[in-house]
Amino acid sequence: MRDDSALSVFLLQLVFLSFVAIGGINAAMPELHRQVVEIHGWLSEQAFTDFFAIANAAPGPNMLIVTLIGYQLGGPLGALAATGAICAPTCLFAYFFAQVWERFKDAPLRIAIQAGLVPITVGLVAATAFLIARAADQNGAAVAISTATAALAYFTRINPLWAFAAAALLGFAGLV
Amino acid sequence: MNANEAGAEPSTPSLGELFLGFLAIAVTGFGGVLPWARIVLVDRRRWLSGEQFAEDLALAQFLPGPNIMNLSILIGARFRGPLGAIVSALGLAGAPAALMIACGALYARYSDVAWLRGGLAGLGAAAAGLLIALAAKLVVPLLRERRIASLAFALAIFGAVALARVPLYWAVLLFAPASIAVFWWGRR
Repeated sequence: MRDDSALSVFLLQLVFLSFVAIGGINAAMPELHRQVVEIHGWLSEQAFTDFFAIANAAPGPNMLIVTLIGYQLGGPLGALAATGAICAPTCLFAYFFAQVWERFKDAPLRIAIQAGLVPITVGLVAATAFLIARAADQNGAAVAISTATAALAYFTRINPLWAFAAAALLGFAGLV
Repeated sequence: MNANEAGAEPSTPSLGELFLGFLAIAVTGFGGVLPWARIVLVDRRRWLSGEQFAEDLALAQFLPGPNIMNLSILIGARFRGPLGAIVSALGLAGAPAALMIACGALYARYSDVAWLRGGLAGLGAAAAGLLIALAAKLVVPLLRERRIASLAFALAIFGAVALARVPLYWAVLLFAPASIAVFWWGRR
């Protein structure tokens, strides 16, 4: 059942991935999907989408999708190790970088870097939305739920948790 | 009413308060924690002004890695140094990670149960919708302000990563420096 070599490869990937996740964990999702589902086949497309949904609906940071994948590959310890791998190295980086960065607050290069990375984040988040929607929206009901949730989150300030609750209820009732 | 407006000294939280504050953000943060971070840190506990929060958030988003974890590091470190950073990060990630382990165990056992499958399908569709809204919120301002270069780079990296399935590393190494160069060049 457990595969230690898969887990160590996964942990190493997370460390690298966390450093190119410009704009947060959602930016890393296409690569995570590529590695975990397409290249290594550790998870089915279905399980990946499920894990993404669980991590989004549950309280806490959305990065916890890697905790679920870590659990799948190595049980509770694998889950903890994956959680550490996705955030500990970048947290350390953030700690030291923040002290340096403060000094260059108004430097033109800093402004160019910050502005230049915005389109990268936008493109990566859009890519994640595309890949997750393609996997999740397998029928008319699912498409309707995605559309309604997107509209609710875009046009109103209602907590999207309500959309999650409604969507889960519709699913429990066998309508999705 | 408002301590910041009244000019009162902003209080410096202790290690325990930092842990509890970030724990509160984590357990209330259904469907994404960032909005709750603002509510707890700025409105309720008044550790930061709205402006400080926006600045910290911009830096946390710019840094690699999970944004909200970076935010906890920046804020924890400012108040209580390295220990403050560690305590804040643990407060934020500890309880949700434990919950995820429980979810993982339940999933391994019950993911084939039909009604649960249905519920997960519903949740997945809602999560996709939330992402679409997030992407739209990021794209629309660029469209509105006619940032042609930004839109071109966003479209290019979308095509590379989502359609061509180029590894993220290559896409970022290629497009990030190019995008920064265009901004650097364009501002002169």
